[in-house]
This record gives sequence, structure tokens and C-alpha cells, in this order.
Amino acid sequence: MKNNLTSLLNWNTNRSNYPEMDADGNPIIDLESQKFIKVWQGPNHPGVTGNMSLELTISGDEVVDSKTHVGYLHRGFEKLFERRKYIQCFPTCIRMCVPEPDTNEYNLAVGTEELGGIEVPDTAKWLRMLALEMARLQVLLRMVPGQAGTMGLGLGSQWGMYYRELILDRFEELTGGRIYHMYILPGGVRGLMPEGFDKRLLGNLDKIDGFIADIDKLIFSNAVFKKRTIGTGFIPNDWVDHYGITGPVARAAGYKRDVRKDYPYLFYDQLDFDYNIAQESDVFARFEVRRQDLVTTVDLLRQILAKMPRTGDIRATTPNVLHWKIPKGETYVRVESSRGEYGFYMVSDGTEYPRRINLRGPSYTHAVSVLEKLLVNSNISDVSAIMVSLATCPPEIER
Amino acid sequence: MENLINKLQDMFAVKDVQDSKKNQILLTVKASKVPALLSFLKEFEGFKVLVMISSVDWIEIGKFQLSYIVNDPDKKNDLIIRAFISRKEASMISIHSLWGHASTFQREIKEMYGIDFPGSPRVDEPFLLEGWDDTPPMRRDFDTKKYSEETFFPRPGRESNDPAEYMKKRLYPDEK
Amino acid sequence: MTEELKDNNIEQVEDKFLAPENRKHTVTGPEGEIIHVDPLQDYYCNERPKAEDPRNKIVEKFLNWARAESLWVLGFGTGCGSIEIPPLLSPRFDAYRFGVAMRATPRQSSVIIISGYLAVKTLKRVIRSYEQMQNPKFVIALGSCTINGGMYWDSYNTINRLDYYLPVDVYVAGCMPRPEAILAAFDKLKTRIKEGRAEGANEYVEKFDWYKANQKKVIKNWNMPDYNW
Repeated sequence: MKNNLTSLLNWNTNRSNYPEMDADGNPIIDLESQKFIKVWQGPNHPGVTGNMSLELTISGDEVVDSKTHVGYLHRGFEKLFERRKYIQCFPTCIRMCVPEPDTNEYNLAVGTEELGGIEVPDTAKWLRMLALEMARLQVLLRMVPGQAGTMGLGLGSQWGMYYRELILDRFEELTGGRIYHMYILPGGVRGLMPEGFDKRLLGNLDKIDGFIADIDKLIFSNAVFKKRTIGTGFIPNDWVDHYGITGPVARAAGYKRDVRKDYPYLFYDQLDFDYNIAQESDVFARFEVRRQDLVTTVDLLRQILAKMPRTGDIRATTPNVLHWKIPKGETYVRVESSRGEYGFYMVSDGTEYPRRINLRGPSYTHAVSVLEKLLVNSNISDVSAIMVSLATCPPEIER
Repeated sequence: MENLINKLQDMFAVKDVQDSKKNQILLTVKASKVPALLSFLKEFEGFKVLVMISSVDWIEIGKFQLSYIVNDPDKKNDLIIRAFISRKEASMISIHSLWGHASTFQREIKEMYGIDFPGSPRVDEPFLLEGWDDTPPMRRDFDTKKYSEETFFPRPGRESNDPAEYMKKRLYPDEK
Repeated sequence: MTEELKDNNIEQVEDKFLAPENRKHTVTGPEGEIIHVDPLQDYYCNERPKAEDPRNKIVEKFLNWARAESLWVLGFGTGCGSIEIPPLLSPRFDAYRFGVAMRATPRQSSVIIISGYLAVKTLKRVIRSYEQMQNPKFVIALGSCTINGGMYWDSYNTINRLDYYLPVDVYVAGCMPRPEAILAAFDKLKTRIKEGRAEGANEYVEKFDWYKANQKKVIKNWNMPDYNW
């Protein structure tokens, strides 16, 4: 009797034994044995971020094989740049990553300045920092509660959307655009802060402080959220360098990787902030790091507003942009986006047209190489949570 | 960094060494030596992270440039390693065994430039395009405007001025 | 006409891009019987779609009113415009008060929002989603890129004019359109439906061959069944 009971209680917890493995450790999947089902998650699916798809092979409710399919948003930007002058690239390049377009314009501006040998005035640098941090804030306001949204807790996302609108309003005031700003140009920025802007922004930041306290109550102390995220989507430490993982995902694995601290650009070395680190490297740890990032960003914005000059030159003199021949050269520029290191590799051949501008976004490795491996042996209901925790942004994978 | 460059010059005969900016060095190496150089950098010199693999088409000299950007996260240094391969029957040694995400970059380059990486996993599967049977689109001899006009139905009424000419006429009529 | 369509199908099936699982093959059943499978043959919907004849005028008017007040949108973000859809459903813009709600599947929705540029790969999925939607169905096209290509007019992978592939009811210009503009588009669509002018589904059926020819010109690996409902 006792024996029977223990055998009843000790069921095989390691379900991933189920598909038999071949000599190389790959599962033997025979779709016609009717033990496996192929499920396409996306592109028309509410649980994927943006327009991409995952080809999942599932056995029961467990994913045994996964493949990422991208290319649904491919517009051929890098080909279009060959036909456009540097200044014409600006309105085009910002559309490469839709949720956070400012990093694109910043990278292109800095690359052009480096190759063309232009020094940017100080006020413009502060304004660039302001725009970049505001962009990070609006992405995080969407992304942090969105993590709970993937598990059915949609209330947080609705709240976050409200606070994001406040920041978008400030963007509209500063730049004239809600989503696409085209604010950072080679040589500087397009305009100074309007009057009373900093007061209104500070008011918004105070509101956002309250929001952070709210999501702490709503999500951090939510038992269901904790139960589903702790231990889910674990990234081993040795993957970080092997797969080129950057940003919050690397920081959640305990690595000190932050472009703002490692390769200080603009005036980030004058600001007081630290790496936000967690050790557990699961979905919850990444969520925690992002929440800390949110606090840091709000703090940084306050510091920037306190330190920045209100007047001054905002645009260096550049040659006539229509026939500005950029000298021959190559450079790789990087910026910390909300998802991780975001870089442009720029090659100029001495003409008005760029030879090659290649984007390296964090999602490129996160969503293709890492996600494919990470989803194996996870539960199908956790797929979208893992995907969101890696901050997948399809338009930057496929450009 | 200077010690390292001297070492690399002795071991791998790198040339064209230039500083692109602070902590970033450009160098050129023979294509056949790229995997050895990269694994040396990875194992012994701390360049643990592969940032990206990129490709440039130099149609004038009939060559493709492959750029491998590697990064040392501890000393905060970047190396851009360039290798030139012939444009005809372009093929390059795959480095997928060194880094996990290298195969993704190689898959994209195979599709966009037609450079083959024998042995790289899933390199022949389409990555971004579906059902493409034309010249690989990122090659310089592929004309995207012509292709677009022939394939997709352009809406009449769209004036296509050369923007540079047009703006010059409007804004700087006196310039030559 | 059906015969003609079938011939078309067979021509497309012998396609070099056809994925192996979509080729004709045989499957052994549990009791050893052999089943021939042609994945691209749709056994249930092999007929050409039919246009719906207008009903009695008063009934039609009532139905149009009902249709206009419950626009259920397919949650398919096809391009960058989809970033303005979540704010649309948040308290500030609150599209729900216009009877607009998001649905997850094409079978439950009556509006498809083409939010921006369409890459060829997405166009294929959009057409398939559109054909699976039930009548009456409406198309809203956001952004300049659906009108004439917009920013990507010379790109090799994005279409220039959406109305060559799907019947469009309302265009919203801008890159990208603001949520207010999208709300205005819903308002416009309602007016059109109530006036009985939003007959896109019937138009699609009437000019079916023209639409299919345009679609097949762009989508080179057509390997999907001609879903015709």
C-alpha cells in the first residue's frame, strides 16, 4: 500500500524526457506519429509582440521545438539608404524601431558627426540626453506592466498606457511629433525646450512615481504573477557572451552591462546612477531589472533637468546637407536603448550617399537565436511571457 | 591595445590598422585567417562578444567586404576586422562554432548578398524574404526602384524629382 | 469559372517554393489504411465566393445600422501603425464607446486595420485573414504607405497601393496617423456603412480575378489554398 502511494505521488516531474533524443541530443520529432502538434504562434496572434511568428512543435502543453520566423516587416531600409543622402536617411531611419525611434536618430547623427568630424554644442548634448531618457521612459511604461499583461493581468497595461500618454504629450511639446520625433539631427537638435516644459515634465514624473508604487502593489505582490514568472525562462550565465546578450537581459543574469556606464556618451558620466542588477536570470528577474530601470530613468530625468543649461547654441554649423560629402571611413556607434545595446555600423565611401548603414539591435540575437533555445521545454502558456521578457521588437530584427 | 596590434601583426599579418575612434580599431586581414584570428581573440585576448557581422559590396573593385566587430566587455575595446572576398562565387568560412548567434548573421548575409557560408546551420533557409528569385537585394547592381516600379503598381501623380536637384533649384539657385 | 480557378490552383501548386509539408503525400492511418493528402486542396470551400444580393430596403437599413455600431477589429498589427492601436483602446481615447473592440480571430471580426506598409510576406497573411473574415467586412488603411508607398515607395519588399490587392473603405493619411485620426476613420466608416456604400466584400467578389491576378503577381510562392469564403 505504502509503495503504491509513493509511486502515485512521485510522478515523473521531468516531463522533458518525453520526446526521445537521438545521439546528438536533439529530440526525435515525427509529426505523423500524432504525438506532436505544430502550432504557429503569430503573425496574427495577440500574444506575440509585433508582427512575427513562432513555429512551435508541442507535445501536450510542452514546447519541444521552436523556430522563429521573421521578415513580416522587412522594408529593405539598408537598401533604401544607398539611394538617399545622409539627411534624407533621417526620416527613414527612425522607422527602424517603432516603439523607441530616438535611438535610431541619435545613432545616425552620431555616426555622421564622427565620420564628418563635427563637434556638437553642450546644450544640444543635454537636450539629446533628455530626449533619449524620455524615450526610454515611455517604452518602459509600456513594457513593465505589459509583462503582466501577457499573463492576463491587463489592468497594469491600461494604467501604463495612460502615463505613457503624458510623456508622449511632452514629446509633442518638445518636438512636434507623438511617436516619430526627428528631433536629433547631425550637428545638434531641432529646438530648445518650450517655456514651462520642465515644470510640466516634473509634474508628470511625480505622477509616474505614484504609478511605480501602484504597480508594486498590483504586480510585485501578486502571488499568481510570482508563481508563474519565478524560474520561467532561465538564461544560463554562459549564454550571455556566447549569444551576445545585452541590456536588461544580461543585467538580470548578473552581468554589469550598460552602455551608458561602460562607454559613456553625451554627459552620462556627470550623472549619478548605477547598474541595475539581478542574479536569478528568469522572467521575474528581468521584470525586476526593468522596474529598477524605470526608477533610474525617472531619477535621471530629474538630474538632467536640474543640471542642463536652458539657453545656448543647439546646432553646430555643418556643410550644406544636400551636398555634404562625408569623408571615407568606418565606425561603429552604440547607444543604450531600453532593450540593450543598439548599434549602427556605418561605412562611408566619400560621397553624399552612405555606402552601408547596418543596424545591430538587441532583438536580433534575443528573439532569433536565444528565444528559439529558451522556449524548448517551456509551457506553451509561458511563451508570450518569455518573449516579452526578452523585449522582442520585430521591426529592428528585419529592418 | 598597441601590444595586441603588434602581436596580431606578427601572428596574422594584419594590415591597414587605423583608429576609428577612442577604443575602436579597424584592421584588415586575409579572409582565410579570419576564423583563426577570431578564435585567438576570443580565447586569449578577452574579446568575448561578437557584436555583429556585416557586409559591404564594393562593386567597383569586384569585392565583398565582410566586417566582424568583436568587443572586449572588460577592457571596453572594440575591434572591427575586415576581410575582402571575391564577388564571383562569393564564399566565406563559417564561424558558427565560435558564437551562437553568428549563424543568424550569416543566414541574413547569405540571403541579402548571396555570400555562401558552407556548414552554417540553416544557412539556406530564407530569413527575411519569401519566394525571392531575383538578384540578392543588397547587391549594388540590384536596382530597387526599378524593381518596385515593375512589380508593385505605382500610383500615378507622384512626382519624383531628384530631391537634391530640386532643393538646389529652390533654395540655392545661385550655386553651381 | 470554377474549373478555371482549379486550373490556376494546380499551376501554382507545382511551385519551386512549395514547402515539403505542403506537397501531395500519403499518410498511413492507425489501422494501416493509406490516405492521400493534398494540403493545398481545400475540400470545404472550393466554390467561388458569391456576391450578396441586397435585401429589402428597410431590412438592409436596419442591418447597416447594426453593423455600423459594432465594429469588431481584427487584432493584427501589420506595420508600425499598430503602436497607436493600444492607446486607442486606453481610457484617454476610448474607442470602446464607438462600439470598437478588438478580436483575436478573423472569424469574429468585421474590420481589418492595415496599419501601415505591407511587406510581401505579410500581404500573403493579410489576404488569408481577410478571406477568412465573414461578410460584411471592411478595410481601414492607415498611413501614407498604403496609399502610394509613402516612405517606402521605392522599396523592393513593400507594396505601393493597397487597393490593388484588397478593397479599401477608408484611407487615413499621415505617417503615422494619430489616434484621433483613427477615431475619425471609424466615424467615417460608420457613415459609409449607414449610407450603404461600404460594399467592399461584394466588390472583392465581383473583381475576384483581377484581385487574384494582382496578388499572384507579387506573392511568388502562393502555396496556400485559394480560400474563397
